[in-house]
Amino acid sequence: MAISETKLSAGRITMAFQRDGKTTPVLNDISLEVARGEFLCIVGPSGCGKSTLLSAMAGFLSPSSGEIRIDGQTVTGPDPRRIFVFQERGVFPWLTVEGNIEFGLFALPRAERQKRISHYIKMVGLTGFERAYPAELSGGMKQRLEVARALAVNPDMLLLDEPFGALDSITRLTMRKELLRIWEAEGNTVVFVTHDIDEAVQLADRVVVLSDRPARIQQIVKVDIPHPRDISSARYLELRNGIFEQLGLAHAI
Amino acid sequence: MPSPLETLAGIVDLARQGLLLKYAVASLFRVTWGFIAAAVLAIPMGLTIGWYRRAEMAFNPLIQILRPISPLAWIPIAILWFGVGDLAAVFLIFVSCFFPLLLTAINAVQGIPAIYLNAGRNFGLSPAAIIYRVLYPAVMPQLITGLRITLGLAWLVVVAAEMIAVSSGLGFLIIDARNAGNRYDLVVAGMVAIGVIGLLLDLLMRSLARAKFLRWGEVTED
Repeated sequence: MAISETKLSAGRITMAFQRDGKTTPVLNDISLEVARGEFLCIVGPSGCGKSTLLSAMAGFLSPSSGEIRIDGQTVTGPDPRRIFVFQERGVFPWLTVEGNIEFGLFALPRAERQKRISHYIKMVGLTGFERAYPAELSGGMKQRLEVARALAVNPDMLLLDEPFGALDSITRLTMRKELLRIWEAEGNTVVFVTHDIDEAVQLADRVVVLSDRPARIQQIVKVDIPHPRDISSARYLELRNGIFEQLGLAHAI
Repeated sequence: MPSPLETLAGIVDLARQGLLLKYAVASLFRVTWGFIAAAVLAIPMGLTIGWYRRAEMAFNPLIQILRPISPLAWIPIAILWFGVGDLAAVFLIFVSCFFPLLLTAINAVQGIPAIYLNAGRNFGLSPAAIIYRVLYPAVMPQLITGLRITLGLAWLVVVAAEMIAVSSGLGFLIIDARNAGNRYDLVVAGMVAIGVIGLLLDLLMRSLARAKFLRWGEVTED
């Protein structure tokens, strides 16, 4: 991917949570730029603050200091131009597949809504399940539905918080492929948080490696392998092992 | 104790006099109005209190003190305020339904997963739209369950209330049949009527819970 203009820039982000009168620092001086159309993965140890960083990018949380800018504007709250896809299933159980996809389309005329619904149902492979409720879908289908709901509003950014964490390993592989296909088709900027280093190296243009809490950026790894990636290639293993080493996990088991 | 046959004769006797229908209607009338008044007041109040953390902190002590008082303990006050009559009984039903419904509504709002509300905000919904497109459907299954349980409670309380606060209704029938000559066949006949009507009320609430626009709670695991 050619490096183009900056989509998101985080400048010296620090965050701390207050609980029971104690201050817990979560993010420590994070500065980061994401290019338009880039697929960026953020990895780090469990509980390190990856999701907090993503929530701040979405505008759900405000940094204690520093600022996040998207398209040059400071993020002050959530916005339909950047949709957060939740770690736990965020689809609405009271709406059907169609109803969920339609959720964010309230400002559009009916014909356009219908067009988008059928387009994205097809794209994520839920044809035939238009009238089904989430309770009738498998975990992978629910996750695809949530991605479809997000894409339907044509966001220019997707913020995904361990979206495939709860899926079985086969479904997870399929979903990664699907996500790459959708990303290549739609050209959105994607920030994808995961604790799975393999997943990050398979998907990302660049992998941001965070340290233990309070999270700092340890390293940013550029994955210079074109898609589809051969996960047994020497370059893949080299990048992957490099990240394991960075996190102090190499030869740990 | 009356035999089943004597009980059946008692039911027929009551039905023939028109008392069974009259008293059943009187009891249902009180339950309906007490229950509706409680629901109309308690649910919006509970949703509001649950939504605002500060409101919950302010109201919680009062709620926790009033809640464990049996509705029957309110009987003297009900009579003092409203005299012996329908209004006193309706008030007692209201008191017995109000706190369970209030707490159900508070808990239902507080139990909404934050991700649903965040998703609503993320898609650019106005606060009003979040209330009717996220909050309302999210709390509905719990509210329906709460309404069903509370209606059962109201039906229990109306019988006790009618034994003291009024001179009609199925509760009055039972106490009156005993006082006026130990007619235990009519006592048991009244109990049977209470049981059957209670069952019908519950069936009614169940079918309400299955109504299509409220249906999703039935098909989810949680």
